[in-house]
Amino acid sequence: MKAGQILRGGMVLLLVALVLRPEWFYAVLAPFAPTGGPVIYERASLLSLSLSHLGLVAGASGLATVVAVTLAILVTRPLGAPFRPLSRTITNMGQTFPPVAVLALAVPILGFGAGPTLVALFLYGLLPIFENAMTGLSTLPPATMDAARGIGLNRWQLLLRVELPLALPVILTGIRLSIVIALGTATIGSTVAARTLGEVIIAGLLTNNTAFVIQGGLIVGLFAVIIYDALVRLEAYCARRTGQ
Amino acid sequence: MPGVLFAILGLAALTTPFMTLAANRIVAGDGVAAWRLASPGATVPGLLCIVTGLLLGLWGARPRLRLAGAATGLAGLVWLLMAGAEALLTDAGTYARVSPDVGFWCLLTILALLMADAISALSPGPLARAALLVVVLATLALVFWSGVLSDLSVMKEFAVRQQAFVRATLQHLGLAFGSLAAAAVIGFPVGILCHRNGRLRDGVLPVLSFLQTIPSLAMFGLMIPILGWVGHTVPGAQAIGIAGIGFAPAFIALVLYALLPVVANTVAGLGAAPPAALEAARGMGMTPVQRLRRVELPLGLPVILTGLRIVLVQNIGLAVIAGLIGGGGYGTFVFQGLNQTATDLILLGALPTVLLALVAAIVMDILVDLTRKTPEPAP
Repeated sequence: MKAGQILRGGMVLLLVALVLRPEWFYAVLAPFAPTGGPVIYERASLLSLSLSHLGLVAGASGLATVVAVTLAILVTRPLGAPFRPLSRTITNMGQTFPPVAVLALAVPILGFGAGPTLVALFLYGLLPIFENAMTGLSTLPPATMDAARGIGLNRWQLLLRVELPLALPVILTGIRLSIVIALGTATIGSTVAARTLGEVIIAGLLTNNTAFVIQGGLIVGLFAVIIYDALVRLEAYCARRTGQ
Repeated sequence: MPGVLFAILGLAALTTPFMTLAANRIVAGDGVAAWRLASPGATVPGLLCIVTGLLLGLWGARPRLRLAGAATGLAGLVWLLMAGAEALLTDAGTYARVSPDVGFWCLLTILALLMADAISALSPGPLARAALLVVVLATLALVFWSGVLSDLSVMKEFAVRQQAFVRATLQHLGLAFGSLAAAAVIGFPVGILCHRNGRLRDGVLPVLSFLQTIPSLAMFGLMIPILGWVGHTVPGAQAIGIAGIGFAPAFIALVLYALLPVVANTVAGLGAAPPAALEAARGMGMTPVQRLRRVELPLGLPVILTGLRIVLVQNIGLAVIAGLIGGGGYGTFVFQGLNQTATDLILLGALPTVLLALVAAIVMDILVDLTRKTPEPAP
């Protein structure tokens, strides 16, 4: 546990330094740059790229969470039962669609820029959240549900005070999966001219500048790993709170 | 009830542009609605098929009827594409291109979902599903090889790139299946060791799941300096094709992504054997190796195969990124198309990838079901 804390702190510090003070890493990265070529990416500030990247992911995942959880609630009500097999088919088949392909297919319809990336992230993010929310809401302990009905909670109270809190850890797992996928897909979004950290990696690949590739790759990788770790701990906290 | 939704959405999609006609392969085209594609004599049969298909989908209690409806509707789509392409291209100039537009893609999605919904309501066994898949793929192959769609822009892109397409297909399959095989060779022993040793498991699985979270572009990118270094320092490495860019870094990145599902599902599968079965095996005097081979592996096979399904579908998708680092595969077309803003080149890369991933998922699901069925008759 101690070692974990130190590793975690170290990663956060490394990430902050890489984003805010890239020039500190000049000596480390210089051997990887082509002779005479730039070592540190300076075409755009790494901070603004990071913020734009995270903003895209947060916007898409936030919207996907709202829509997916709402849909899952509707489908798990008695009225939505006829749609259950269909929604299962859609989530199963939809998740086999490669995120890159979804992104590429969005371009002909929406053009270049942040738009297709946002739509691809949103659509792709819906599936794991919806799937997990449906699992969470349809596998609640029957004894708890009976007790809740027994003390006279109406359907809204039941949903807000029993079902959603109990399903929260499972829903959060879905959100985590979707955020991790979104972070990766947003990186590829720079090939369709969205402003993300992928820009740094792509610039490195196009100009054979491995220093850029390492810089961009490390920042994106660290963001993903740190966010993933934080969400895992949030889930554990929520699960503990509901006594699971 | 879903049938009503399909019908409403489908009829709405019919009013959006069904195809586009562009002056050449780069410029944006003008959308043409389904009923204005060609003379009424040519469009009406197709439209009729689509509407009939959507209406047949309304019979919620009759999955066979809905399946027939979906098939009729899809046939109508192909008919409209064929008639539309021919009529739009007459006196439109040598460089003119026609391609399917929003309306077509929406209707295709809706009818495909209608079909999938009807099939899942019939809940066919694994062998029936395999037969259905063969029929669908054979129909698709027939439609493409008959040349009825060769007027479409994406097929024209294909026609000038046939050799490159075959090469990309082989590279893509090589990346996806090769990395699966390599991950299985590494992952199974690691999984078995982790199953035996709890401390090893607690150490290995978190590391693998961290690897999994690293965005694919970063992973592919970070492989470049590492493999470049290996290629330069290890004698003979370059001779077998290990270099900073190309096939090798893509392949290794895919293997790293594949390890988590393989190892985690091997551990879960081996752990799924019921204690009673293990007790019986021990009572019969089986050695640990015999127990593994004759009890734990057969019982865990469905879970282990599920891990391989995840890997295969995931790597077919991720292999597209290889196109960015010179690793070949369908990604080459996708990123070339994005650079040239040539939509049909993007489609030429993206559509086979999607098809490949879907077919792989269905086939692996069938295999998982087949292995799960065997131990059941003797409870």
